[in-house]
Amino acid sequence: MSASVTTQPPSPTVRSNQTRQTKQRKGGVRAWATRAPLLPALVFLIAVTQLPFVATLVISLFDWNSLSPEERSFAGLSNYTSVFTDAELRDSVFTTVLLTASVVIATVVLGLGLALLLDRTFFGRGMVRTLLITPFLIVPVSAALLWKHALYNPEYGLLNGAWTWIAGLFGDDTPAQPDWISGMPLIAVEAALVWQWTPFMMLILLAGLQSRPADMMEAAHLDGASSWQSFRYLTLPHLRRYLELGVLLGSVYIVQNFDAVFTITSGGLGTANLPYTIYQTFYQAHEYGLASAAGVVVVIGTMIIATFALRVVSSLFREEANRA
Amino acid sequence: MTAHTAPAPAPAPTTKAARPEHLPPAARRARRRSIALGLLAWVAGIGFCLPAVWMLLTSLHSEADAATNPPSLAAPLTLAGYREFFGAGGGPSPWPSLINSLTASAFSTLLVLVLALPAAYALSIRRVRKWTDVMFFFLSTKMLPVVAGLLPIYLFAKNAGMLDNIWLLVLLYTSMNLPIAVWMMQSFLADVPVSIIEAAQVDGARLPTVLARVVAPVAAPGIAATALICFIFSWNELLFARVLTGVVAQTAPVYLTGFVTSQGLFLAQLCAASVVVSLPVLAAGYAAQDKLVQGLSLGAVK
Repeated sequence: MSASVTTQPPSPTVRSNQTRQTKQRKGGVRAWATRAPLLPALVFLIAVTQLPFVATLVISLFDWNSLSPEERSFAGLSNYTSVFTDAELRDSVFTTVLLTASVVIATVVLGLGLALLLDRTFFGRGMVRTLLITPFLIVPVSAALLWKHALYNPEYGLLNGAWTWIAGLFGDDTPAQPDWISGMPLIAVEAALVWQWTPFMMLILLAGLQSRPADMMEAAHLDGASSWQSFRYLTLPHLRRYLELGVLLGSVYIVQNFDAVFTITSGGLGTANLPYTIYQTFYQAHEYGLASAAGVVVVIGTMIIATFALRVVSSLFREEANRA
Repeated sequence: MTAHTAPAPAPAPTTKAARPEHLPPAARRARRRSIALGLLAWVAGIGFCLPAVWMLLTSLHSEADAATNPPSLAAPLTLAGYREFFGAGGGPSPWPSLINSLTASAFSTLLVLVLALPAAYALSIRRVRKWTDVMFFFLSTKMLPVVAGLLPIYLFAKNAGMLDNIWLLVLLYTSMNLPIAVWMMQSFLADVPVSIIEAAQVDGARLPTVLARVVAPVAAPGIAATALICFIFSWNELLFARVLTGVVAQTAPVYLTGFVTSQGLFLAQLCAASVVVSLPVLAAGYAAQDKLVQGLSLGAVK
């Protein structure tokens, strides 16, 4: 890094160019003066996020179990082959995709419905909005514990409690009591995540709906468009980028989910996603090389989604910059 | 909260008709539909809030009343769950973990602001060249999954003797929130009039003074929202805290995950614990509703 600071004896040509150089140096000084405020943040971020990732890349090429450290050896890409051939790891790749896709689709559909409801004026709209945001503001671990124990518990959870109460109204005092978590583990985790993330989608899409030009809607109304027609041909195209943004950001956040899987099922019953499996692979099985390779796979997957996310963000960002 | 569910009439399409019976049938239908949709929104809102309300209600019941099937809505309310959570039950006290969470969240938020404010200044007021590229670099670090760097960070902490150290979490939470903060503040600082900054500079103020005396006061609401969001994210974080802390530096989410195993399942107490841990986030979150989404959507939604 310090290579550029090497001092050389000034040659005649340099001296003859002195005036130009001072001018350049002045320009350089000014450029650095503008850059300087940026540097602490930039250097900090590179040190704390990029360097560890590079280290992960390197470790992923080694056969390294910390329980037998003397056997550490270069393994090439064999850890990556393991990620895709090891049944457990392959399953968690599949679980991650399934979990992410189903939660994102469900939250977007629900979020869109709620955003459309809240885009209208009605009594207590602010209050309903506040109610709807609440799930999103519960600490994720608390939310997961709430679902696991207070809602899903087969003996006294709210779901079965309400079921008993409803069945009681119809004269059945001992209805079947399903055990939600062991009966449908993945759906149980997904439901908790959908509950927590729908408000986020709703707020993004509501922002999109409210940025819709009013005169356009008015014109459509005057031209006699039905509400379905104006939704289909005006609102939906306008919302497209907000929908994309919601899908992509939802994917980026939910792909990384650890709290719900860790708390509700501890990765059991086929719910272990990649973040949980990686956590277990290095924290409990001490397979450092393998865990790193799986980590790199998550990054590649996320990068594919993120490239699209960045494109959407940048188009919204540019629109904003042009408006300003 | 749920007392009034009758939505006000939506603005009638024809302004002349004052009373509903004078409306033409089509407008009356539209009005009925609008009332129905308003009601539907209320039902959805209450439905989504219900689990959280249930958590609160359960936390205020005695253990015996909390664990009944069907649920006991009319059971007497008590603060016993909260008392026992705070140590009367004989379990480990939650106070150290709450204080750790507060320390990690508050200090990392402070550090984020110190780093992000000058950076945002360079990206919005005295723009560096190719500033959008720099913005997107910040964003891209946010898209790097946490698990991608977890192991090296763990190994580093282990070798440096920094495991179970709250200050390591402060650094990590700072890196986690810095991109969001830079993005949010960039948009807030763009609204600061350049003329007052130039006036301060003509008076001989240097950058730190300009930031502290001119920029920060003008952008204060935005900076406060950014701080709240960074605080929320740090407070919520589990994976780093779980891997890197143990007994001493345990944060509140880690304490919660260990709650059931150490105490056996006391439902009312567990709900009380969840309410207590969520309370700061709920308060901060209601205060920063819009900005929260702006933060999570990386500044793209305003």
